[in-house]
Amino acid sequence: MSAYCSRWTLRFLNRLCVSGLAKTNNKHVQHFSSQTSPSVQVCIVGSGPAGFYTAQHLLKSHKGIHVDIFEKLPVPFGLVRFGVAPDHPEVKNVINTFTQTAHLERCEFFGNVTIGSDITMEELKMAYHAVILCYGAEGSRSLGVPGEKLSGVYSAKDFVGWYNGLPANKDLNPDLSSDAVVILGQGNVALDVARILLSPVELLKKTDITQASLDSVAASKIKRVVIVGRRGPLQVACTIKELREMVNLPGTKPVLDRRDFEGIKDALKDIARPRKRLTELLMKVAMEEPSGRDAERWAAASQEWSLRFLRSPIKILPTADGKKVAGIRFAVTTLEGSGENAKAVLTGQEEEVSCGLIVSSIGYKSLPIDDGVPFDETQGVIPNDMGRVCQTPGLYCSGWVKRGPTGVIATTMNDSFETARCVLEDIDSRVLDCSMAKPGHHALRGLLEKRGVTPVSFSGWEKIDALEVTRGDEIGKPREKLLDVQEMLQLARA
Amino acid sequence: MTARFLPVTQRLITCTRSVLSAPILVRERWLLNNGRHRLFSSMTGMLRSEDKVIVNFINRDGEKITTEGKIGDSLLDVVVEKNLDIDGFGACEGTLACSTCHLIFDDDIFKQLDSATDEELDMLDLAYGLTDTSRLGCQICLKKFMNDMTVKVPEGVSDVRQAADMSKTTSGI
Repeated sequence: MSAYCSRWTLRFLNRLCVSGLAKTNNKHVQHFSSQTSPSVQVCIVGSGPAGFYTAQHLLKSHKGIHVDIFEKLPVPFGLVRFGVAPDHPEVKNVINTFTQTAHLERCEFFGNVTIGSDITMEELKMAYHAVILCYGAEGSRSLGVPGEKLSGVYSAKDFVGWYNGLPANKDLNPDLSSDAVVILGQGNVALDVARILLSPVELLKKTDITQASLDSVAASKIKRVVIVGRRGPLQVACTIKELREMVNLPGTKPVLDRRDFEGIKDALKDIARPRKRLTELLMKVAMEEPSGRDAERWAAASQEWSLRFLRSPIKILPTADGKKVAGIRFAVTTLEGSGENAKAVLTGQEEEVSCGLIVSSIGYKSLPIDDGVPFDETQGVIPNDMGRVCQTPGLYCSGWVKRGPTGVIATTMNDSFETARCVLEDIDSRVLDCSMAKPGHHALRGLLEKRGVTPVSFSGWEKIDALEVTRGDEIGKPREKLLDVQEMLQLARA
Repeated sequence: MTARFLPVTQRLITCTRSVLSAPILVRERWLLNNGRHRLFSSMTGMLRSEDKVIVNFINRDGEKITTEGKIGDSLLDVVVEKNLDIDGFGACEGTLACSTCHLIFDDDIFKQLDSATDEELDMLDLAYGLTDTSRLGCQICLKKFMNDMTVKVPEGVSDVRQAADMSKTTSGI
């Protein structure tokens, strides 16, 4: 750990430890400050941002809480490790704060434990006063069109998992030998995928992208990435930071059709600032002559990306031998209504685009964890009121499984704090009955041993972390991730 | 995680027009500051009062926190250095990759601030409760004219603990 890092993290640790006590008007602290040992046992399922931010707020606000965090993989941090793009290392700084939370005496990490199979929800409920589900969205929304299973068609979740070293996706090996790629969806994940495919290798090789993915991208023949949305420019789901990165990407030229933006200017007057600035940037690229460095860069570019609007996929077209993707057929749509709620309706026209790779980035999807936990299949969330799972006292949720798979880490942070506040309020108001002692993880260790499951502790993860950083160091990267669960487990136990 | 995780060229953090002459990363400046601390620890009492300004934070729960910060330090530096209890503040540690250090300024102070870069505005666009006088705390470095200014921490989410008494909430979000 660097000097910078430790200095910051020490200060953050200070904040975590001290600040909860410093606030004398905090009624949780007042209420429980006389207690010396933790009496409320809380379990968090999932160690991504939702899990860690929920834990952070609980531990900071209430000195009588012990939090155990369970994670299916041997390694923590969820989408911060496996979702955030490798060329966005500054977003991953949240790991420093999460690490300090994990080091608190009243917090324990249990990696390599799958809730639902290794330990049942029922067993968790018996062992803890409160169980908070923060397991995110591990599924993808499917396109529901013929050809979706053809070779060369991937979900963005798997594609991102591949370049970020998610063990389940380590053998994806997508074929990057065609010159055109179609990405379905215009959110930040779509732009992440486009950016990784088009980024100069000199930039990527300084990131924690997996070496296998880096080698693939280095050998890629891709010249053109078409990013397709069902609706128009005023409905794109990406945020401006990611769009600006695409506009400024070295060696790459944006191709936007000015006809898509005609008449949009009038709509700008009445929309909120974020959407307005985003649209203005799109219009600048589409309608103004590039100047200065942009003009030079775009003239010299060997690759391009484009945004294609008002197209809804209807069929993925196979090669002559029927084995691989050769293109995609779109229905041309038109908008009904305006603004964020505008609907795409079919016009009857169709259009085909040739491509050798399709990445479907139309959204992640949460999956049910256990029959005993309510789940809303249409919304893809656990039905809840501010994080309190409906009709299930003692059960809470945070993050994507609570509100759906959208938003940035700060969104999840706020939403996790909200859930934590509900838990604290329920402890205060005794809605959550904490009068009976609960055993917490002490009751589960035996069960895990009997079932042949060896949990990975946080110090086990730190061994993995250290090796990854050392391996990265040898090749000029911040880390080289381990891709194999068995290798992780061996290292953690060593 | 190592320092290489934060290449200096990746994101130049501003304060470009602050009393410090060159744009440097918050963390780097921290090192400088901390070095200075060690050097002059015995001279703390001798730091001239004109090197510092008073800053008032209105926290999410309406509580007023009055503290002081060194001229040239960013408001994020002040929050971290003084261990102010603002949960989740500065999640990306001042690298312009989040909007958790969002603060709301009074009109008269806001007008005197150096203008925001596109990159700061891009992140502000993702902030909760964005107002016309919103800025990111990591980008605002203390200057003399800011003495005794008051900045508001916007509420992230509706606070269930205050839901019963909305009059107590401080920001108009």
